[in-house]
Amino acid sequence: MKILNCPMNGPRNIEEFQYLGPLRRAPDPAISDDTQWAAYIFRAENRPGLITEWWRHTPSNYVFLAERNIVTNDVARTYDPSELRGAA
Amino acid sequence: MRRLAPPFGTRIDRTRPLRFSFDGRNLEGFAGDTIASALAANGQMLLSRSFKYHRPRGLHSLTGADANALVQVVAEPNVDAGLTPLSAGMKVTAQNVNGSLDRDRDAIIDRIGRFLPVGFYYRTFMGPTPGAWLKLWEPLLRKKAGLGKVDMKAVSTAGTSSYLHCDLLVVGGGAAGLAAAIEAAEAGADVVLCEAEPELGGGLTYRDAEAQLSAMRDRAKTLVNLRVMTGTGCNGWYEDNWLALIAGDRLYRTRARHIILATGTIEQPAVFQNNDLPGIMPGGTVLRLIRHYGVQPGSVAVVLAATPEGHDVARALRAAGVTIAAVVEPRPLPRPSADDLRQAGVPFIEGHIEAARGSKCVASVQVGGRWIDCDLVAVSAGHMPAWQLPCQAGAKLVCDDAGGMRFEGLPRDITLAGSLAGHAAHDTVVADGRHAARIALRALGISSALPPPLPNDDAKVFANWDMPLAVDPRGRDFVDFDEDLQVKDLLNAVQEGYRDIELVKRFTTAGMGPSQGKHSARATARIVAAATSRRLEDTGITTARPPVAPEKLGVLAGHHPALERRTALHAVHLSLGAEMRPVGNWWRPYVYKGTSTRETAIVEEVKAVRDGVGLLDVSTLGKLEVRGPDAGAFLDRMYSTTHGNQPLGRVRYALMLNEMGTIIDDRVVLRLAEDCYYVTATTGAVARVYADMSFWNAQWRMNVDVLNLTGAFCGLNVTGPKARAVLEAIPGSIDFSPAAFPYLEGRLGRVAGAPVRAMRIGFTGELSFELHCPGSQAPALWNAITAAGKAHGLRPYGLEASRILRLEKGHIIIGQDSDAMTTPDEVGFGWAVSKKKPFFVGKRSIEARRRAGLTRRLAAVAFAGDLARPVGEGCLVLRGGNPVGHVTSFAVSPSLGRPIALAYVHPDDSAAGTSVTVRARDGAMVDGTVAGHAFFDPENRRQEI
Repeated sequence: MKILNCPMNGPRNIEEFQYLGPLRRAPDPAISDDTQWAAYIFRAENRPGLITEWWRHTPSNYVFLAERNIVTNDVARTYDPSELRGAA
Repeated sequence: MRRLAPPFGTRIDRTRPLRFSFDGRNLEGFAGDTIASALAANGQMLLSRSFKYHRPRGLHSLTGADANALVQVVAEPNVDAGLTPLSAGMKVTAQNVNGSLDRDRDAIIDRIGRFLPVGFYYRTFMGPTPGAWLKLWEPLLRKKAGLGKVDMKAVSTAGTSSYLHCDLLVVGGGAAGLAAAIEAAEAGADVVLCEAEPELGGGLTYRDAEAQLSAMRDRAKTLVNLRVMTGTGCNGWYEDNWLALIAGDRLYRTRARHIILATGTIEQPAVFQNNDLPGIMPGGTVLRLIRHYGVQPGSVAVVLAATPEGHDVARALRAAGVTIAAVVEPRPLPRPSADDLRQAGVPFIEGHIEAARGSKCVASVQVGGRWIDCDLVAVSAGHMPAWQLPCQAGAKLVCDDAGGMRFEGLPRDITLAGSLAGHAAHDTVVADGRHAARIALRALGISSALPPPLPNDDAKVFANWDMPLAVDPRGRDFVDFDEDLQVKDLLNAVQEGYRDIELVKRFTTAGMGPSQGKHSARATARIVAAATSRRLEDTGITTARPPVAPEKLGVLAGHHPALERRTALHAVHLSLGAEMRPVGNWWRPYVYKGTSTRETAIVEEVKAVRDGVGLLDVSTLGKLEVRGPDAGAFLDRMYSTTHGNQPLGRVRYALMLNEMGTIIDDRVVLRLAEDCYYVTATTGAVARVYADMSFWNAQWRMNVDVLNLTGAFCGLNVTGPKARAVLEAIPGSIDFSPAAFPYLEGRLGRVAGAPVRAMRIGFTGELSFELHCPGSQAPALWNAITAAGKAHGLRPYGLEASRILRLEKGHIIIGQDSDAMTTPDEVGFGWAVSKKKPFFVGKRSIEARRRAGLTRRLAAVAFAGDLARPVGEGCLVLRGGNPVGHVTSFAVSPSLGRPIALAYVHPDDSAAGTSVTVRARDGAMVDGTVAGHAFFDPENRRQEI
């Protein structure tokens, strides 16, 4: 069983976590047309390589981000979402 | 066949004879025997009939590398006789036999086998007529398929499980594993050493190595930080060094920081005609029978020595008093290895075994065209590394042209040792064990000492060899004994166009039997490589996923107790005679049946609510508290309804959408304070709603906290025209009068001493108060309400009555009356979608979907009171013969005396009074009439009294 390093709780078995999908930026709903909006809702990138994903540690209800290589399943880094602001 | 005197028989205790029976025959073995060794000691070499052709099969590997030794032990099928210890009174029977093991009527299949080529069942059993598969072939094949017999009355034996953690797990307790474990433990690491066999030592236990072995075993015993687990197999590697160790009926879920794999090699059979006859077995099996069990495995033997190990086998056979008819050497081996045998007059033949013959045991083998009589053939044709665990961990098996195999691409936290790593000589194997331990200790940061260099391994040169396959045009040259596959079956698959080894496996079922290719994967790959003019390395070896060895479902099933939740009122419901049913993880009262029938009780419960007063346990509802300065703004973003401007003490309906604009939950929100809301959620949805809220706020970063009170709080719904009268009769601080407590309001206070959050809402359409209180107070509150309700005929009601009551009112249940596409407009909740709010989850999608227009609407549909056709949930709604929707809820309404339903209908048919057509379960068309939004009290007068 895989181990994921929760930024709050440390390394835990993957069965304690819920996967919440890749980090995506929603287009501005006010100016996007239906096609752009539908692409955001329905289209998944699924590109091989390193992607940033949302995860939740279920027992503690803590949501965080992980950078994971979806080819090798190696997790490069996990961090608190407050760090996103600086990156944005 | 006879037992040999000590020192032969190291595992048996001759002072403890055990009686057992095989196919009704009474036999005797010793404590320490396996079933198969005890049978061999009694001269019973024939153990089973083969899977497809019902050919006689005998003892082969003693290590689980084949399915020949699968027997039935009373109720338990497919017991491996080669691995299972004999116990007193054991009743063993042969499997897959039509008649008796000796005279199996299905043996005829062996003769007609050429009409049953591989893949024939994919094509043959489709005809001759449509439906022939179900009527003719399937029942026939079901009878013929499978090996053991399942006893439907057998009592299940659930396994147990434990967790195990260690610095270093050493898998395999042979010379290399023992050396590695000792070295690592001496350096201070926390080490677990697991060994599938009942004793440590591996190959040393059946070779002349007592001195080395006992020294290592004694040292292992003195190390307190070395946990030795014999009789424990490692059945699978999973990510981050998570392993399944199985000891009998116990599963150890093991996490190791580092792993040393020292699982050794698997001896491979030679391929020649009739190579599957009983009496033909790997050299290792001969050594084990003689040394471990003191069984003389035959009287006249031919030894096939493709590797120098064959000479050891010949020596052991001579020591056990077996005559050696010939040692057959298919290639020149180093002379010193066999000089003693030659001097003793053992005949050596250069050549090959081309074929064997015999009826139920081998009688002679053909070498260079000459037949040699024998009753035992010991085959030393080479080994294959136990590739399962390294390959599960991501390694690739690479073959060299000399027949050697090695692994590439192992993760850093796994080290191989011993013969699995390609070493052969004893000294090198032991040194490699220590070497691996040093690598592990460095990786673990326990010791930084460098691994010592390995001595030269001359034996390695001859340890592996791809012996030429004696392919026979007449067939019966078996590659996979489990699945009865011959060389030609694999060649046929290649001719059919299958080049990929994995496709050949699936077409032929090679390696798909109980032993999962342990004795067949290598030969299969070699045959496919040769037939497609490729190298073995390019063909590859088929994947061997977990489990490495067959495991009992009971072991897997035993350690997952079903999670179940009970409300604080569970015992109260049981004392009232409730029929409890599972709803998700929760147990809820379905109906309080008492002594009457279920149907009568449900109708009575519905009537009690409509005419008097009822009490429902709604503790399973989700209960969340949303707190913080941004709580109102947060709810406005989460729900399509508006809550930021919700007055204190007011209850509002709340509708939650997902980003696609589909309804995912609905419930009510009570504003407790400026910065605090009490939010309920559907029983089945609360976990998701709670997760969703946390997820969204991780992105929005609002100053708000969500607390899940679902398990902490209970909920009691008092409903019916007399609900107020009941509550007013209970001492408390809440004024339940209509003026003080209007519809859709909430109050905090005490009722019968319990602190409650009271909400005037209603799912039933009657005057209803929902009282939420801490679980510890719930039974007392329940008792106070029932005591006060006695005068008014209060009756507790269950889930089914609740379902009917809400259906009579046309109230929907999200998840039952909605699906993954349902928009608020489709269920008439367009009013709950705010037009003013700049943002809420799903807003943008709802706008787009509104432009696309409605394709269906949920409508209340009533049927004639004498509806005789079976209509129910899932029945299609048709329009002009085409399906436009389906029935989502259905019940016969006790209040209206006729069947009612919620159903998706065409938008043009949704007006009250329209007739719609529903196809009943028997195919008949039934007419229904669309009612207004509710069947009962459509003006909603009753809930607002």
